[in-house]
Amino acid sequence: MAAKSTRSKAGSESKARATVAKTYKLYVGGAFIRSESGRVMAVKSGDTFVANCARASRKDFRDAVKVARGALSSWSGKTAFNRSQILYRAAEMLEDRRAVFVDRLQSHAGFNEAAAEREVSVSVDRLFWYAGWADKFTQVLGGVNPVAMPFFNFTLPEPTGVVAVLASSTSPLAGLISAIAPVLAGGNTCVVLTDHDAPTIPCDFGEVLATSDFPGGVVNLLTGSRSELLPHVASHMDVNAVALFGGSKEERVLLETEAAENVKRVRCFDDPPVADWASSDHQSPYWIESFVEWKTAWHPVGL
Amino acid sequence: MSSYTLPALSPVDEVAVVGRAQSFTKRSIKKDSKAAALRLIVSMIDLTTLEGMDTEAKVKRLCRKGVTPLLDADLPSVAAICVYPPMVRVAKETLAGSGVKVASVATAFPSGQTFLNLRVEEVRQTVEAGADEIDMVINRGAFLSGDYSRVFDEIVAVKEACKEAHLKVILETGELGTYEQVRKASFLAMDAGADFIKTSTGKLASAATLPVTLVMLEAIREYFLATGRVVGMKPAGGIKTAKQAWHYLVMVKETLGDDWLHADRFRIGASSLLNDVLMQWRRKDTGRYQSGVYFSED
Repeated sequence: MAAKSTRSKAGSESKARATVAKTYKLYVGGAFIRSESGRVMAVKSGDTFVANCARASRKDFRDAVKVARGALSSWSGKTAFNRSQILYRAAEMLEDRRAVFVDRLQSHAGFNEAAAEREVSVSVDRLFWYAGWADKFTQVLGGVNPVAMPFFNFTLPEPTGVVAVLASSTSPLAGLISAIAPVLAGGNTCVVLTDHDAPTIPCDFGEVLATSDFPGGVVNLLTGSRSELLPHVASHMDVNAVALFGGSKEERVLLETEAAENVKRVRCFDDPPVADWASSDHQSPYWIESFVEWKTAWHPVGL
Repeated sequence: MSSYTLPALSPVDEVAVVGRAQSFTKRSIKKDSKAAALRLIVSMIDLTTLEGMDTEAKVKRLCRKGVTPLLDADLPSVAAICVYPPMVRVAKETLAGSGVKVASVATAFPSGQTFLNLRVEEVRQTVEAGADEIDMVINRGAFLSGDYSRVFDEIVAVKEACKEAHLKVILETGELGTYEQVRKASFLAMDAGADFIKTSTGKLASAATLPVTLVMLEAIREYFLATGRVVGMKPAGGIKTAKQAWHYLVMVKETLGDDWLHADRFRIGASSLLNDVLMQWRRKDTGRYQSGVYFSED
């Protein structure tokens, strides 16, 4: 008896608890996956190692486009009201995890506490703002056109399709959300590549999306190198539009040139310093309009 | 009425089969080997349409696509066009002179549930209409109740009605339950005179898989070594991507050798596979990942 109690006492004293470190993965098709290439990037805050994060390859991008294409009909087929509710739920989920993101923005991305709080608040507010627009922009941007014949003539927006988003490299959360929320509100699906020094933040945001009732594949988050993947994004024939945030002139030229092959919509946006993302300059119903196609229909006036 | 008895067969090691099948998916096939694989896959496809809504116009379109995929002179024609019996005549006319064969599923496909004389008559008329190859289904009910003689006799009767046409015998492995049963059915079909053995109808969720095809390929090898008769293999159903297809090619090469890497001895039954191969082919030429919208469905 004595020996037994000694053993158990020694056991509990000698084992300091090991924390379970998180593996940061890509979010594709509603699942958290490693890169097919097996590559990872070491994420550092200053000189301190923080975590390993998956580095997406061109094949990861191709696979993500495939699932985004597959998810398009279920997302664009939902009622606008339902899309709005799901975006709103994403805002709820993010608000709920505020403490985690404030902590990570400080420990992984070098934000001070006030800046981290602001980044999360802007992000939540922006999701909420676009959630509101999701079932209203068609009324504001579309319309009934005057025609000199006995017809009704309507112009209505429809989703462009699969949108590749090359997200902000300054703001890992607010910049990312400002880029994808209008795309999603318009009924598109997207593949997002974030090339930020703290790629763990977008990975964490994947967990918000995963608990927000988005069907798998509607948003796919990749982390990796923009310069490596840009040519493949630009040339992919199954991508219908590209949103580029920041980027050099050479990158924009490459994108426009390659995108011409299948007439992708290309939209280039500024990538302002992180503090500026809070400005209302970076939210607009016209950002939703960037990723819709207009359809005009004639309908005889009933007698 | 014969009384067929199965030969004594060694058991199947399920774990080893699954493990070995898995190993064929690990090969790196790039550049020239990939181009060669894509070409070979096209040449082995039995391009298939087996829908209630098939029309003559659709069959014609499919035939033209199969003869000259992408209108690219570097690509071969597919091996055969596989249709329901009433479509055989129009397929035969459209394919005349192309070298592409007409295959047809007869014998009350896919269930096989009708009277033997009707099944045999269906085969006879289908061959008369011009089919070069007949894909028959075995009587799974009889097989699962252990009535091997009946299954054997039915295959023999169908084979007789085929005359010159090649006979592919569909085991519908998804309904047989175990690899042992698949192995038994393979030997039974080969003993009864099958020119090809084929996994599935493609009408079940559980269709061709690498392990089940491996069991059948090994049965073909044993049968060949014992009798000297060559039997072909056709996995069908569920092979949708070029990558999946070249896993099969690797398996054939490493199980039966180069002699079987030819459309005379190996076929893939598929409908959507061809477009995936063509998309890979164009990606090879252009460097661009492709979109399904630029490739015709039939």
